[in-house]
Amino acid sequence: MTSDMHGILPKSSLQQLLDALSTKGYRIVGPMVRDGSVVWETVRSVSDLPIGWRDQQEPGRYRLEQTGSHEVFGVVHGPQSLKQFVFAPREPLVQIERTKDGFTARPTLPQSEKVAIIGARACDLAGLATQDRIFLDGACRDPYYASRREGLFVIAVNCTRALSTCFCASMETGPRARSGFDLELTEVDDQLLIAAGSEAGRDLLSNLSLSTGSEQLSVEAATRIEACAHSQARRLDHSRLPQALYDAHGHPRWDEVAGRCLACANCTMVCPTCFCHTVEETPDLSHQHTTHVRLWDSCFTQEHGYIHGKNVRPTIKDRYRMWLTHKLASWIDQFGASGCVGCGRCITWCPVGIDLTEELSALLTPSEQQSVTSRRPEASGG
Amino acid sequence: MANPYLIHPATIVQKIREAEDINTYRVQLVDEQTRQHFRFKAGQFNMVYLFGVGEVAISIVSDPDEPQLLDHTIRAVGRVTKAIAELQPGDVLGIRGPFGQGWPLEEARGRNVVIVTGGLGCAPVVGAIEYIFRHRRAYGPVRIIHGVKTPKDLLYRERFESWGRFPDTEVLLTSGQSDKTWHYHIGVVTELFERVTIDPGNSIVLMCGPEIMMRLGVPILMRRGIPETAIYLSLERHMECGIGLCGHCQMGPYFLCKDGPVMRYDRVEQWLGRTGV
Repeated sequence: MTSDMHGILPKSSLQQLLDALSTKGYRIVGPMVRDGSVVWETVRSVSDLPIGWRDQQEPGRYRLEQTGSHEVFGVVHGPQSLKQFVFAPREPLVQIERTKDGFTARPTLPQSEKVAIIGARACDLAGLATQDRIFLDGACRDPYYASRREGLFVIAVNCTRALSTCFCASMETGPRARSGFDLELTEVDDQLLIAAGSEAGRDLLSNLSLSTGSEQLSVEAATRIEACAHSQARRLDHSRLPQALYDAHGHPRWDEVAGRCLACANCTMVCPTCFCHTVEETPDLSHQHTTHVRLWDSCFTQEHGYIHGKNVRPTIKDRYRMWLTHKLASWIDQFGASGCVGCGRCITWCPVGIDLTEELSALLTPSEQQSVTSRRPEASGG
Repeated sequence: MANPYLIHPATIVQKIREAEDINTYRVQLVDEQTRQHFRFKAGQFNMVYLFGVGEVAISIVSDPDEPQLLDHTIRAVGRVTKAIAELQPGDVLGIRGPFGQGWPLEEARGRNVVIVTGGLGCAPVVGAIEYIFRHRRAYGPVRIIHGVKTPKDLLYRERFESWGRFPDTEVLLTSGQSDKTWHYHIGVVTELFERVTIDPGNSIVLMCGPEIMMRLGVPILMRRGIPETAIYLSLERHMECGIGLCGHCQMGPYFLCKDGPVMRYDRVEQWLGRTGV
């Protein structure tokens, strides 16, 4: 090993890395084949990983195929990003007990668990960084998110193969992991190039017996990552955002896409950055105890824009426009960066294959009907 | 920082009937220390909670100089507010807050204050009005314009009448319909704009009510010479968290729960009245 920063781990020694993480007390989570897809599951041995599997993704289509190779990280990603590990789909916030003269309430902060995630992609890291900005960097730091985030150890895998739905290169988030990881892996045939990205990562590397990296292998890895970037056919032109999308509010394309959109909310569930949530009150049968629970919500639901007798976004058109305009435009005003990381999940997991890159490009093409901005009369006058 | 989701019990000390389905709940935080530290600005809101039912965003309508008692005027209109309507003095609600940006009462000092409200929209401004009259000499002439659909929708009737007795203050009320109790104007709020005497170059406008009233009203005020940067609106959206995280209250680039609910008109002009925003 030439330095304490990086080296080569023969793929046959990958178990060493998992063992080192276990020894440090981490629960290891990695991609596993489940029900025709890949999901994050607790990994105990290398054989749990999707060896030889590859995913093919297209608008509205996800397929796994077994290639018979020894590739460990051949599956780019499944429907789940890293979001669920920090912004839990179901997070109890406060537990409330009825007392004789009212109630008492106490927060139910999750125990910080040491979780090591192996196989995170550059787009997932960008998604995690986006969520950090929302839940940690705002005026109100979210203590539940912070607690889960604290215990996370992330092992990124650089992409050397792009899916048809990938467009991270145009979003400048991948295919190479840029930051936010503890360890970074690049799989090149039978070797894994490994490098540290944090103090915790360096500490872990020092426990592994790595061989010295050859210059040739590093060059080969870089070439493959570069080729992956160039192979991406989809791209998203964000150069004129946010304003161009604000200006497209009256574009007829919204009607067209609303005719295809089912408002199923799949895109928001698979999105690594979508953060809308609702709070549910869940009293028990005795009505003596109740818990305030935070649940993922979606701007595609009827209830999202509802306020006493009026829905500010009653139609699917309103809701699709809300989602896309937020994701690609107002997000920039709110958080200083796009809400899209280019993972392409919303394209794959859309049952009707709506492609936001295609929608954006249509919306940024001027239309003759554009000037007619509809103003709907309000439901309740005053 | 304290956990923003923690709910603090508060006892209802008084329930004041304002209209058929509207009550004002005067609550006192149970925990002594929480009560002592609670401060709010007029125009801010609390998340009001009922055990086993849920939370709802309600503006604080009492005087910010008296933060020991918090008034919330609530119309029984949804699942939570209908359940709250069953409560009586002595019952316990929960409070989280205060949240959001209030009215620009510092900036308004020394200026004419024009208050334009419609329906239950007067509630978020009541605390500001009380504050202004408590510090009457710090402010210029006050003009209060308030519209309702029918006379029975007029809340705080005694308050409006008493405010009218302050020096250099005009209170103009209007109703879409009339009955024998109504001896004010009949018509819509915007008709009253012509009737008030204001110094447009030295005025600040506080506005709250149905969005359509604000959308139609602002251009009329601007035609009278009030700059758009002197017009403030309190806006309403579905709110669940109060801290700009749950995503529901967005209007364009804003989270109205934290960037608002009080917004300066020029910041929201392009979003008001846009379909589906």
